[in-house]
This record gives sequence, C-alpha cells and structure tokens, in this order.
Amino acid sequence: MSETIIQMKHIVKRFPSVLANDDVSLEVRKGEIHALLGENGAGKSTLMNVLYGLCSLDEGEIFFDDNKVEIASPKDAIKLGIGMVHQHFMLVEHLTVAENLVLGAEPTKRGFLSYKKAEALVKECAEKYGLSIQPKALVADISVGEQQRLEILKVLYRGAKVLILDEPTAVLTPQKVQELYKVLRNLRENGHSIIIITHKLHEIKEISDRVSVMRSGRIIGTHETSSVTKEQLAEMMVGRPVIFDIKKEECTPGKVVFEVNDLKVKDYRGLPALKGVSFSVQEGEIVGIAGIDGNGQSELLQVLSGLISKTAGKISVSGKEVPAKFTQKDMFNLGVAHISEDRQKWGLILDYSLEDNLLLGLEGEKQFNNGPFLKREAISARAIELIERFDIRTPSHEIMAKQLSGGNQQKVVLAREISKDPTVLIAAQPTRGLDVGAIEFVYKQLLEQRANGKGILLISFELDEIFSLSDKILVLYGGEIIAEFTRDEATVDAVGLCMGGVRRDLNE
Amino acid sequence: MSKNKNLRKKAYEVLGDLLDPVTAIIIALTLGGIIIALLGDDVSIALSALFKGSVGNLRNFGQSLLSATPLLFTGLSFSVAYRSGLFNIGAEGQLYMGAIVGAIVGTLFSGLPGIIYIPLVLLSGAVAGALWAFLPAILKVRLGVHEVINVIMLNKIALYLTNWLVSGKGPFRLGSVQPATPFVDDAVRLKALFPGTPMNIGYLIGIFIAFNVFMLMWKTKSGYKMRAVGLNRNAAEFAGINVSRSVLTAFMLSGALAGIGGAMEIISVYGRFYAGFSPGYGFEGIAVSLLGNNHPIGIVISSFLFGALKTGAMKMQIIAGTNVNLVKVLQALIIFFVAGRWSILSLLQKQVDKFRAFRKRREAQDPAGEENNL
Repeated sequence: MSETIIQMKHIVKRFPSVLANDDVSLEVRKGEIHALLGENGAGKSTLMNVLYGLCSLDEGEIFFDDNKVEIASPKDAIKLGIGMVHQHFMLVEHLTVAENLVLGAEPTKRGFLSYKKAEALVKECAEKYGLSIQPKALVADISVGEQQRLEILKVLYRGAKVLILDEPTAVLTPQKVQELYKVLRNLRENGHSIIIITHKLHEIKEISDRVSVMRSGRIIGTHETSSVTKEQLAEMMVGRPVIFDIKKEECTPGKVVFEVNDLKVKDYRGLPALKGVSFSVQEGEIVGIAGIDGNGQSELLQVLSGLISKTAGKISVSGKEVPAKFTQKDMFNLGVAHISEDRQKWGLILDYSLEDNLLLGLEGEKQFNNGPFLKREAISARAIELIERFDIRTPSHEIMAKQLSGGNQQKVVLAREISKDPTVLIAAQPTRGLDVGAIEFVYKQLLEQRANGKGILLISFELDEIFSLSDKILVLYGGEIIAEFTRDEATVDAVGLCMGGVRRDLNE
Repeated sequence: MSKNKNLRKKAYEVLGDLLDPVTAIIIALTLGGIIIALLGDDVSIALSALFKGSVGNLRNFGQSLLSATPLLFTGLSFSVAYRSGLFNIGAEGQLYMGAIVGAIVGTLFSGLPGIIYIPLVLLSGAVAGALWAFLPAILKVRLGVHEVINVIMLNKIALYLTNWLVSGKGPFRLGSVQPATPFVDDAVRLKALFPGTPMNIGYLIGIFIAFNVFMLMWKTKSGYKMRAVGLNRNAAEFAGINVSRSVLTAFMLSGALAGIGGAMEIISVYGRFYAGFSPGYGFEGIAVSLLGNNHPIGIVISSFLFGALKTGAMKMQIIAGTNVNLVKVLQALIIFFVAGRWSILSLLQKQVDKFRAFRKRREAQDPAGEENNL
C-alpha cells in the first residue's frame, strides 16, 4: 500500500499552437485535498482533462494506485474511480435529482427503469456522505449550491475515489462556500482524494493540504499549504512579486452622470429579469453591482447597451433622458462606453485584425473614412498609438485578435472603449479569465478613469473585485437591488448574506 | 527588415492558401483517372482530351470562359452573403428572375446603342435579383426566419413563375415556338471578341465586378460592417453596428450579383429566356465560392476551373467516350478534398510533429540516467 493514489509523470500535451503541458508531473495522496493553482491558460484544465480522459496525452504516463493506466475516455476514468465536477454543471434541468443522479447508470427492475430504486439510492448516497438533498425535486427548482452537491453526489455514486473540482466556488456565495468546504472535509475524512482547480489564493489557504502551482504549462512547485504564504503562491503563479494593494486615491464624486430609474426588463423567456432597478452613478465614482451570476446582471448590461428593450423605466445620461427605443449607437453618442462581460462574444471580432477591432463602432467617425472608403493610414496610426499607450503585447497591429492572449484581448477592448473618451463607462466582469498581471492593469486603468472624473458602473461576480474598486456597493438579487452599502460600511459577510437573498433595508 | 519579413509571411500565407485547392485538384484528378480506368476507358486519352478540350486552343479556352461566366457571378453572390453571415442558397431563383427581367428589358428599347443598352439590361437583372432576395432578407431581419428555408421555396417559385411567363398561356411567349421569350435586341447580344472563339466580354465584365466586390467588402465602411456582422454578429451589434441594415444590404447585393449572372447568360449565350435554362448555376456557385475561399480573386480562379472542367468533359465524352457525368464526379471529388482541407502542408506538418515526438522520447530514454536511477 502506498500513500499516493495518482501519479502523473512527464505529461506532455500539445495543441496546434501551444504546448499546454510541458513535462508535468503531479502526485496526489490518498485522503488529501490537493489544490491546483495557476492563471488562466497555465495548463491546469488541460492536465485535469488528460487525467479524466477528455484529452489524449502526447507523452507521459499515469499511475493509479501504483498501477500504470491508460485513460482514453471519461469512461476509463470513471471505471478507475476518478470523477470530475465541471464548473458548468452537466445536469438535465427537467429531470428530478434522483433521475439525474442515476443518468448513465440507471437501476432497473425486470428491464424497466425503477424510480423507486433510484430515489432510495439517492437517499442512501446522501446519508453516507452527509449531503442533504431532495431526491424528488426537479433540478430546475433547486439552488445552485444544491446542484453542485448533486454533481458531487453523482460522481460519488459512480464510485469515485478521486474527485476533480473545477473552480467549484465560482458560482457560490461566501456562506455557501463554507458549506462546500464542510462537504469536502467530510469526504477527506472518508479517505477520498480531492483535486481543486482554482486561481483564488485564499481558498487554497483555507481548504487545501497541499498545493501545486502551474505556470505556462509547467509545475512550478508542490508545497504543503501551511508552509507557504499567499504572497509566495502569487509570486510562483505569476512569476514576479505581486502587489495586492491597489492604490485608490480619494475622489470626491461630482454631479450625477448616469441614472437608472425603476428599470424593468423581461428575459428571453418573457419572465421578468429586472423588477424595477434604480441607481445612480456620479462623476469620479465607481459603483459596484455585486451578486451571483444569473440574478439579472446580463439583462442589465444588455438593456443598458440597447440590445434588448426595457418594459418600463427611465435611463438618463448627464441629465438627458435616453429615448424609449435606443441602440448602442445612441448610447455612444450620449457618451457611454461598454466593456462587455464576454470579450470574445461581445467585445471582439476574433477574425478581424487588431486595428480593425480597435475601429469597431468608430468606423462612422469622420477621421476614419473618406465617404464610403475607410482611411487605412489613419486607422493604422491610431492602432499603433493605442497599442503603445495600453501596452498591448503584439508583434503587429495587423495580426488577428484571436492570436492574442486573453489579457491582451481585454486590453484591446479597454483601449477602444476608453479612447472613446466616454462620460460613463460600464464595465461588466472586466477581469474575467485574466491573470493577476492583467487584472492589475485593468484595475489601474479603471481607477485612472475614475480620477479623470468619469462615472463607472462595475458589474462583477468577484466580490474581491467589487471591494477593491467600488465607492458604493449595490447587491443585485433576483432582478432587484436589495442592498446598498458605502465602501466603508461594507463587509464581505454582510454583502455575502445579501447576495444570498437576505434583504437589507436601503437607507438603514 | 520587418517589412521584408511581413512580405515573406504574406507570401507563405498566399502559397498555403493556394496549396490546399491545388492539392485537392491533383488528388481528385488522380482518383478520377482511376474511376475512368475502372469504367474501362483509356485514361491517358481521356485526361488529355479533358485538358485539350478545356484549354488546349483558343476556341476551347473561349468556350471554357463562357461556361465559367455564370458560375463567376453565382459564386460571387454566394460569397458576399457568406462573408456577411448569411447562407444564400437562393442564387438559382435570383438568377432566374434576373434572367427573365433582363430578357424582357432586352426586347423593349430597340435602337439604343449597345454601350448603354448592355449595362441597362445587366442593371435590370441586378435589380430583379436584389428584389427577389429582399423578401427572405426582410423576413430574416424582421421576424428572424432563417433564410435557407425561404430561399429554397423562392427558388422553386422563381423557376415555375418564369416557366409560366413563357408558357403557352403566359404573357411573354409572343409567338415563339418554344417556351421562351422573343430574342433580345441585336445591340445587347455580346459578340465574340475574336474570330474562331466564342469568347465575349462577359467574363471580363465578371472580373471587373469581382474587383468591385473586393473593393466594397474589404475597403469600404459598409464592407467592414458586413464582414463584422458575418464574423461576430454579437460583437458587431454591441459596437453599435446596425446589424439589420448590414444583413439587408448583403442579402440584396448577393441577389443582385446572381441577377446580373442571369441577365448576362441571356445576352451572352441564349439570346432569349428559355424556360428552365439553368442547369443549376446557383448551386454550383456555392461550390465555386467555397473552393475560392469565398474571396473574389479565388472565385475568379475557381469559376474558371469549373467552366474548364465542364467544357473539357464534353470533349472527353466525344473523344474518349467517357460518360459526360464523369465531370460531376470530378467536381464532387474536388469539393470533397477542398472541404476536407487536405493540404500537403498540414499532412507534412503532422508527420514532422510525430517524428519529433518520437525522437524526443528516444532521447529521454536513452541517456539511461535519472529514469533508471529512481
């Protein structure tokens, strides 16, 4: 009996343009929580996909319980006892908890599916691992936390001894995160091994026994978590010392530049997504909207950019009311710029060159065209200037946006939107998927805009981000703003509670 | 220095782009040869007939250009829509509408000089094609109806509508023995450029229009917007581009190009509109466009290739006795291999990667070092 359960040796995985895993070796012990830390694109997910059989490996070997194994598909992995919980749940919404649990390995009675057996199995499983769950409830009706528990249960039901969790806390409120930790500790007591993929340092300190840090396809080191500090981990992850404190200068907010009054919107199913949202943003102020994904953030962003129309309410920019029906173009003319939540979907045209992406939305400006024809020299000259100013790392202004790293892609979006010199900047998830270095850059740019007297609306799921940047914090829950804090009175606990739906009297 | 490097890089890119279709053609012709042999015909005679019959002399070359002309237009038509995120498989219907309107306009104004009359006929074909495309375009923009279903139906409607218009009961038959319109005015008929070849200025007009399509799509504001919508509708809309207007413009432009193709075919080949004259130019245009990478320059080349294959196949049938449908097999094979992106370069690259991985593994094991000491 050895005490390691998984050994990955000299794993190499190539993709057409990148070396995702470059001679990576990882060892996971029995009954430990092992954190895999790294920036986006460091190769964590690839490594775990190799382990779970979703990616074939080019070179290297995997040992499970000291036996060399070939894992060609998730089926093989499940057979060995390796299970994976993805960041995005793989559940069938219109089936019950019990049906989802047994999906793919259904219990039968005389050749027919037996729901009774399935429900009994759920109860048994849930009791065994101390996970409370309602077997008969529809998945669509249970909370995100419960869905995650179901995913974990599903993996355990298939006999997993090793659980891989991909960014498990991304969808949870701070309080729910604690519940998850309890479950994970429980599993550890039972002898399960858990691999957690994450880029959040405080999580690692809190939950893991050991931590492996990855950077650009390599393992930088594996350490006992208790023997390293957050700062050391961050340095290993980024490759240079990271300053956590963002210098935020005092700013006295000026007059109101952006005002939303009783805004109501329906989502694509015709259900109310925003139920009367009101707030205002002043000059030189960052207003942060906190909340868990799916509480109306996307709809808020889309209605503010004219992509969907509101059913009621008023929006005004610098005192001027925005007409009932408007497009993004009208918003631009009023001085509103947007940084979208998904740069690849909304922000960039990946198959356009960098300079064409920097032009997007500005092609109608006098300086960039001669009547119907585009003025290439002016467009290129501006692109070169913005690349310099925003430190976009690129060999040329002519390469396609898809060839840039995520951080540089986001810099392109920032450069374009900030160069529009807006009065109001709406930033949704501006650092999603970015590494620490790029996050620092984005924060600096946003704070610089704040110092220049712009009004900034920040919509983010990352509480850290809201706390680092905002002057005022609003909590969006179920399509309503249910709490408002000034930065000084806000605490993670209090805001976290509200994100879970606990109402706080405004003007308390 | 860096400019030089850029140039070389660009040259490589162009070469790489070209290599794909060239490889596909070579593979397809090889397989075609095998098929000919299996059918019991003489491969060398057949292939040489195919070659000589398509580009062997000025006459055949001219005939190839003539066959290529409608495909050039329908290819351009498909490419403009495709680049703008639309799947316009309705070029066939748009071509019919352009053809019949062109044919009728061609009979109306006798006495006009060709230099004015020919553009007028082509323009009327363009307008007819554009209007025929307007219906599916507006349905897509306003109601979100997918264009493919509508254009398929409109193809049929165009075919049978024009059939009826020139049928015995139709208004445009006017004494003709066949189901066709009367002949167009002599001034609009395209004449052969040289004696001994049927080549006329049709293909040259096509190249001129292809150049204009290139300028429009790549050098102007509206082209920039249309392609942006085609590549990422969401981002285009989010940036304030009027997506509906772009879709409408692209769709109608696509229809107009097919319509010109129809009118051109009338004044260049038939002299009047015959019921059901098109052997499927609209659909062949899809293949031509895809083969030409949906780029005007590529389409000029690929349309010629298809025209040459058609003309050559006829000669191949006469000289080598092969089945005339063999050319369709060849076309299908070419499309198959182009669509599969069977490029020599990428195949080679794969082998090189494999070899490198193998060597690296050998090196890692050979030095009998760390691994064994563990």
